[in-house]
Amino acid sequence: MTEDQVKQIVIDIINEIAPDEDTGDIKHEVALREQMDLDSMDFLDIVMELRKQHGIEVPEADYPELASLQSCADYLTPKFNAK
Amino acid sequence: MAAPSLPQTHYETIIIGAGMAGLAAGIRLALAGREVLILERHNASGGLNSFYSIEGRKYDVGLHAMTNYVPKGTKGTPLIKLLRQLRIPYDALDLCPQYGSRIAFPSCGLRFSNDFALLESEVAANFPDQIDGFRTLASEIREMNPFQLEGGRASAREAVQRHINDPLLEDMIFCPVMYYGSAEEHDMDYGQFAIMFRSLFFEGFARPFEGVRVVIRLLQDQFRSLGGLRKMKCGVRSIHAEKGRATALTLDDVTRLSANRVLSTAGSVETTRLCDDQNEDAQAGNMGQLSFSETITAFEGQPKELGWEDTIIFFNTRERFHYARVPSSEEVDPTSGVICLPNNYDYGDDRQLEEGFLRVTAMANHDDWCALNEQDYTARKEYWYAQLMQVALAQLPALPDGKNFGERILAKDMFTPRTVRKFTGHLNGAIYGATDKQKDGTTHLENLYLAGTDQGFLGITGAMLSGISIAIRYLL
Repeated sequence: MTEDQVKQIVIDIINEIAPDEDTGDIKHEVALREQMDLDSMDFLDIVMELRKQHGIEVPEADYPELASLQSCADYLTPKFNAK
Repeated sequence: MAAPSLPQTHYETIIIGAGMAGLAAGIRLALAGREVLILERHNASGGLNSFYSIEGRKYDVGLHAMTNYVPKGTKGTPLIKLLRQLRIPYDALDLCPQYGSRIAFPSCGLRFSNDFALLESEVAANFPDQIDGFRTLASEIREMNPFQLEGGRASAREAVQRHINDPLLEDMIFCPVMYYGSAEEHDMDYGQFAIMFRSLFFEGFARPFEGVRVVIRLLQDQFRSLGGLRKMKCGVRSIHAEKGRATALTLDDVTRLSANRVLSTAGSVETTRLCDDQNEDAQAGNMGQLSFSETITAFEGQPKELGWEDTIIFFNTRERFHYARVPSSEEVDPTSGVICLPNNYDYGDDRQLEEGFLRVTAMANHDDWCALNEQDYTARKEYWYAQLMQVALAQLPALPDGKNFGERILAKDMFTPRTVRKFTGHLNGAIYGATDKQKDGTTHLENLYLAGTDQGFLGITGAMLSGISIAIRYLL
């Protein structure tokens, strides 16, 4: 799986948990929280959907890795490919 | 033995009550992939906020307005957080903002709208020596965390009096806040007061074009689509307690179910009394005392044609506002109340309710209404309908010459504390439940939790937030 595919998976999840947010022009390097109205509960939902939909576990200590779209891809792509 | 339509007798979580709180909690559990069953005694969801039809005419109960209204995308507000948690798109609620409302007292009126600046300017104009205190109070409330689950009780009267020393203004602020959510007489908890003040004045009122059924339908559909199970006409008769845990539920039809965890939205005292390790009169001191009656009138034409442009009027005709249990044998207290005109929301250029609606709410005595036989009950309803209409017409702008309201009436109905008791199960028909709220949602049993009115978040938005908060905290 490529980084772009992983980014798309994350965007799809955000679209699902935050239907009113515009994900059309997310900047990949900028923190998601700075671009959208996401709070810590929403990040828990992203983690929950990664587990539910893709069987990917993100331990609590690693939550900071999900800060931006790029850091999500860096962190999650190896996990997807190790499945 | 399981009832025929229930696939099993044990569930991870069972929720008692398909009101706003129960449905919202159920959605959060189902979203997390948990197994959840909601049990509802009645054949309609919504609990305190529901709807019915008579002769094809649709009526709402409970909801005058959805409080906490903010425009789409207003960050960090309860409504937006709530919709996010339930994964319901903002536009699906079809919220249409109010025209404007007012607080009407014998010697003074204050208009307010979804723009706080209007109330501020009205206070400045009518109470020039109080406006600084009012502004300080408002900024103190702004700083308070509306989502806090803990915290001791503090008197809202005392908190307000620290900033405002004109009893008239104090009463005028308390009137709408208490009518939209105080379970307590005369005073309320400052934390709850702050939640209500924010939801009414900083945020505001809106209504879906089709009323409360829009909200209920969205919640039901979301719960169902996530695989949640809901069983209607299925009340819980008792909760079996063993060694400090809820181990089984007995339903009205004597079916027995068990669950790892139980979330009750039946009320604090009501839930305690369902438990078979408690007495029938447990927690008697915590029973709510305040109940209401409401008239609803459908009429020909739009309220605007009669010069009635208010959305909601909170009125009081006494010298001091008196929010208290109606004394025995007085049946209804018509000296204060709420008038609501559901037509007066901005539904857009191309739609409007076909008929006019007028709703008048006032406090009523539960025991009086429950003691009446059928014949007297109908007669007293007729009597009080007429009384409350008179009160409302005195508060509404005078009719233009040649217009008569009586001849425009198409249909009327009235609910009483007896109706409230029947549909909410609240003891004493207490709309806002027990006086002491259980903010952390715990009970005397370790796997039994409370959500809804008696957990302490108020209003429709509050009820849903309550369900979500307790579900996330204890049930996942």
